[in-house]
Amino acid sequence: MNYLPTAILFLTTLTLPGWLQAATEGDASRGAEAAAVCASCHQADGSGKHNEQGESWPQLAGLDADYIAKQLRDYKSGQRQNATMKPFANMLSEQQVADVAQYYSEMAPHPGQGGDSASEEVLQRGRILAQRGDWSEYIVSCKSCHGPDNQGAGSVFPGIAGQHAGYIESQLKAWQAGDRTNDPQDLMGTIARRLSDDDIRAVAAWLATQPPQAN
Amino acid sequence: MKSTLTCAMLAGSVLFTALVSANENTDDYINTLTELGFPAPKDNQLVHIPPTLQDLEQSDVHPELKRVIRRGYDLFTDTQQLRGENVFNNMNCSSCHLGDGRMPFSAPVWPAAVTLPGYRGKNDHVNNLEERIAGCFTYSMNGKPPEYGSDDMLALAAYHQWLARGVPMYPEKPIYGRGFPAPERPEELSYERGEQLYQEQCAVCHGDNGGGLQVGEKTVFPAPWGDDSNNWGAGLVRLFTAAGFIKNNMPLGQPLSLSDQEAWDVAYFISSQERPQDPRYTGDVAETLEKYGPTFHKHSLYGQKRDSDGKVLGDHSNTGDKDFLKPDTVWPRTFE
Ligand code: HEC
Ligand code: HEC
Ligand code: HEC
Ligand code: HEC
Repeated sequence: MNYLPTAILFLTTLTLPGWLQAATEGDASRGAEAAAVCASCHQADGSGKHNEQGESWPQLAGLDADYIAKQLRDYKSGQRQNATMKPFANMLSEQQVADVAQYYSEMAPHPGQGGDSASEEVLQRGRILAQRGDWSEYIVSCKSCHGPDNQGAGSVFPGIAGQHAGYIESQLKAWQAGDRTNDPQDLMGTIARRLSDDDIRAVAAWLATQPPQAN
Repeated sequence: MKSTLTCAMLAGSVLFTALVSANENTDDYINTLTELGFPAPKDNQLVHIPPTLQDLEQSDVHPELKRVIRRGYDLFTDTQQLRGENVFNNMNCSSCHLGDGRMPFSAPVWPAAVTLPGYRGKNDHVNNLEERIAGCFTYSMNGKPPEYGSDDMLALAAYHQWLARGVPMYPEKPIYGRGFPAPERPEELSYERGEQLYQEQCAVCHGDNGGGLQVGEKTVFPAPWGDDSNNWGAGLVRLFTAAGFIKNNMPLGQPLSLSDQEAWDVAYFISSQERPQDPRYTGDVAETLEKYGPTFHKHSLYGQKRDSDGKVLGDHSNTGDKDFLKPDTVWPRTFE
């Protein structure tokens, strides 16, 4: 491991808010080559996979390119921690980060997995949290940041509709535990910490049953 | 988030909630709010947490009334569906009245349903609920209110009135969490500090040029200034109202996270930016200021020189996206 570049990268991310970082122009066909190693988990069509036991692999298809690039940079710099992903992010040069981001962003998304087994009641609770929030706990609706139908808003607020339930749950829990802290201004962490375990299951299940952004 | 604190605190509140047919989770709301740092209700205050849309579905009001109240809710939370007709900026009613117009400290809208008809200093006559709603259309939405008595107006009024369910008319007690209570005004306000804070904590959503963000025809983040924002006649251009709104509601999800100084500085910065002309404009900014200064603009920066560059604010005839200045619903009433 080479610590110096990581330290430098970390400093640059500190001086500029993530959402302001200048984007390197990405090329989707170059991205396809660099993404060959990613397919074992994220699948050749970018759909990822909900794994009932163990880590789920997020769907990348159709996510905003700048959002994807930011996440990859965050894995590289250690701003976002995950043992499975880190080595793969580290393999990519800055140019390759932009290329794979472009590649996945242009793919058509597939339906989310892992929500179908939830009961009607659970899905109903999930829908309310996602679309209206629960102000008795000051839980702002997910869509007020993640955009109409939770299909994403700009490059800061990713689409979460049609994402896999297992992955959504794991991220919300990571925020609660303080293991994911790469969101701007703790915007996501603040909301995640107000969710109960039942809320997390419900909202993850409902979002997984919703159509992802059709691009 | 429920804690034993609630029980202790609310032992005292039973006294005043008894007056109102309280929503069964009133305690949850108050507990959550006080944990976030909002003041607990005082003994003499009227506390009301309005019913939700789920409560509406479960209630036994006539199905046709349910349908109309639902439409009111839909108009309130997605007012952009009236864009170009009644709304000429990128706001929804819920852009300023958070939590679907139900939340204390975010100018919950139900008090209007139980305090009106009543006198309003802003237009110096007695207004009813429809006229109050029309006011927010005219100024906050830079628009043209739906006709009095029209389906849309009636649906909106029905939603307001439903939210007030169980509260007596013309209550005598002061209402807990009404309006946007302002923090104490600090001695000095700084445009520069406000600008810096805006870029650091607000621009991620509202845009570095204040334009907000729309996705398709829906507004995700409203515009705090510029052509897509409220006009110079809206309540939010008053510094204390803006500071109160921001302190109690922003950044989204993190109320009361700014210091009083920060809330005022960023309000001062936002209020120093341009926006569509006040519909009461006479054709001359100084004259308009003289006319509406005493009742309104003494609290705003309208007609004043901006700190950063000396530009006189509001000195223009830009009406934003609409091609008229004043909708014909703005008229004096004399009851004679
Ligand atoms: C061994 C399985 C595996 C491989 C191979 C893999 N990933 Fe991942 N990836 C994951 C897991 C698991 C996560 C979720 C990690 C977490 O919880 O932070 C993830 C997360 C991501 C994310 C964040 C998605 C989001 O929505 O925030 C991106 C982007 C990503 N991977 C891109 C890639 C790219 C590009 C490659 C190839 C260079 C790759 N991954 C290879 C397992 C893998
Ligand atoms: C105040 C704004 C805000 C609200 C409200 C909000 N989020 Fe987020 N959320 C964010 C931001 C910002 C990110 C991106 C973080 C980053 O850049 O790493 C995010 C990311 C996420 C992610 C990770 C997506 C991915 O691909 O890794 C999930 C899952 C998520 N949010 C779920 C939710 C749910 C569920 C709700 C409603 C209960 C919600 N969010 C409400 C701001 C918000
Ligand atoms: C730009 C922000 C903004 C928007 C958008 C907005 N309002 Fe308001 N509204 C205010 C302010 C400011 C007040 C006055 C609060 C106070 O008393 O300090 C107010 C007050 C009200 C009241 C009176 C509440 C009371 O306590 O009596 C009602 C009713 C109301 N608005 C309805 C609406 C409706 C309906 C819409 C959409 C058509 C709307 N508002 C859009 C800012 C806004
Ligand atoms: C996470 C995104 C987010 C952040 C950060 C944020 N806001 Fe907002 N803001 C919103 C949303 C969303 C609304 C409308 C409420 C709704 O739709 O639920 C809003 C409404 C407003 C409004 C009233 C409508 C308008 O545009 O005039 C003002 C003023 C405002 N915000 C100021 C601020 C200030 C000042 C900050 C920084 C201290 C800030 N906001 C930070 C999302 C945000």
